[in-house]
Amino acid sequence: MAASSREHVLSLYRLLLKESKKFPSYNYRTYALRRVRDAFRENRTVEDPKVVEELVKRARDGLALIQRQKWSSIIPTIGLRQVKLPACTASVSGVHRCVCVRVCCSVCGGVC
Amino acid sequence: MMNRTLSRKLLGSMCGISNPRLSFAQSAVNTVQREKELIKSRELEKDEPRPLYMDFQATTPMDPRVLDAMLPYQVNYYGNPHSRTHAYGWESESAMEKARKQVADLIGADPREIVFTSGATESNNMSIKGVARFYKAKKKHIVTTQTEHKCVLDSCRIMEAEGFDVTYLPVKNNGLIDLKQLEETIRPDTSLVSIMTVNNEIGVKQPIKEIGNSYYQHHSLNVYLRIFISSISIMFLISGHLCRSKNVFFHTDAAQAVGKIPINVNDWKVDLMSISGHKLYGPKGIGALYLRRRPRIRIEPLQSGGGQERGLRSGTVPTPLAVGLGAACEIAQQELEYDHKHVTVLANRLVQKIMAAIPDVVLNGDPDQRYPGCVNLSFAYVEGESLLMALKDVALSSGSACTSASLEPSYVLRAIGTDEDLAHSSIRFGIGRFTTEDEVDYTVEKCVQQVKRLREMSPLWEMVQEGIDIKSIKWTQH
Repeated sequence: MAASSREHVLSLYRLLLKESKKFPSYNYRTYALRRVRDAFRENRTVEDPKVVEELVKRARDGLALIQRQKWSSIIPTIGLRQVKLPACTASVSGVHRCVCVRVCCSVCGGVC
Repeated sequence: MMNRTLSRKLLGSMCGISNPRLSFAQSAVNTVQREKELIKSRELEKDEPRPLYMDFQATTPMDPRVLDAMLPYQVNYYGNPHSRTHAYGWESESAMEKARKQVADLIGADPREIVFTSGATESNNMSIKGVARFYKAKKKHIVTTQTEHKCVLDSCRIMEAEGFDVTYLPVKNNGLIDLKQLEETIRPDTSLVSIMTVNNEIGVKQPIKEIGNSYYQHHSLNVYLRIFISSISIMFLISGHLCRSKNVFFHTDAAQAVGKIPINVNDWKVDLMSISGHKLYGPKGIGALYLRRRPRIRIEPLQSGGGQERGLRSGTVPTPLAVGLGAACEIAQQELEYDHKHVTVLANRLVQKIMAAIPDVVLNGDPDQRYPGCVNLSFAYVEGESLLMALKDVALSSGSACTSASLEPSYVLRAIGTDEDLAHSSIRFGIGRFTTEDEVDYTVEKCVQQVKRLREMSPLWEMVQEGIDIKSIKWTQH
């Protein structure tokens, strides 16, 4: 099926990783990246189309969730800076103070 | 206690010697003396970075998926789940029932057996006081352990004041209870046995399955006898409910275990179980109590009111929090294996790296029967509070959050028989779903560095290096 084609799954994977990198909180960001990578790696050899479709649906829901949640986790982190770990890349910097409060409505899926 | 005062006196007396290292030591000692052994709370300064979070036994951050499930019920679907006359109430109620099912599925129970409470403390109070008071006509004895959570011990103390007999079972040196001793302690008039599944301070996992199953066999003979009697009595039209009562009820405080190790209340033959929301990446302020229906356990409700939650816990059920708890339980069920593997790898890494780098470190609690995410290490010849202050980049604790205010060493460590000085120098590292390898490595590096620095300042350490046996020294001459 076109929806579960290899290209589609790969593009979902790339999108998920791209969105996960936008979490302001170090712990959520690293967890999301790790979990997405491990989940895709684990299900790499699944053949059954029904299972594949279900997994793709789950991935898409996860993507929507990350897109919603990274907004609601930006608000409390205004001014948040975490201890710089030697191996990691940027911590939370660059969140400027004039981010206005946006409430994410998960019914309409958008930002109201 | 004596070692600490002596070390301070010795360091103070050495201030006359000119030694660049000691002048730093002297100022450090002065700082310690000034701050009076208690880490004072303070606001983080303007650009001061937040510490790494390594205290997952105290509480856990909310999983973003849980927050996502809760938000609509905070913002849009805000009805009272007990309103029966409009859509707001109906949708809230259906969300609450869905959450109940999710919690029940995690522990292998029926949704009708779950009661939402405000947390594990309330669930523990309800279990102990409720069961004891309901069956107080015939049963006057309660059994618990010395390493339980403060709320359980405090409830038992209240029961003692009400006239019950409470036995606090001692634990072995590895933190586990002795099953034979438990068998011997149970009397015909015991109503409740309360043992926590995973200890919050040392991470030890009690053999709950063996206890539950041994109970079942212990009094199953009585049950069959009673069934026999009841079948005869039914012929004579005597009511049978008295004869179906079980001998002893088994309660377990599973706050630290739910969602982290596989739990099945039917396999374990547990009658009551306390669940805490904020220990499994859910919201704070919600918990649950599992109450077995077959055979039915009755409790006297603590909170009276409009009869919500089958009359056992009146009060509006906070829908967003309940939905959050349900979502957290569902996520925990899906991620249980993955998280357990991740936590085990990190915990082993932490312990092995620290033990390889510095000598004289003791892991408190049984090394096998434990939940790996709770690591309690005692560093000999180092004071726990000074180490915590030195590790200010990492959020750690020594002992549990509820006992950290007092100067006493943790009662759990005392119960497992650690020496006084080792109990004072214990630190609890909590590892969870969101901990990364980098965080663990940073913590290990900092910890090793600070322990080495503190030991260098300690005269006791110098004596040990010279080969003097500390325990053989007579500290006072009068």
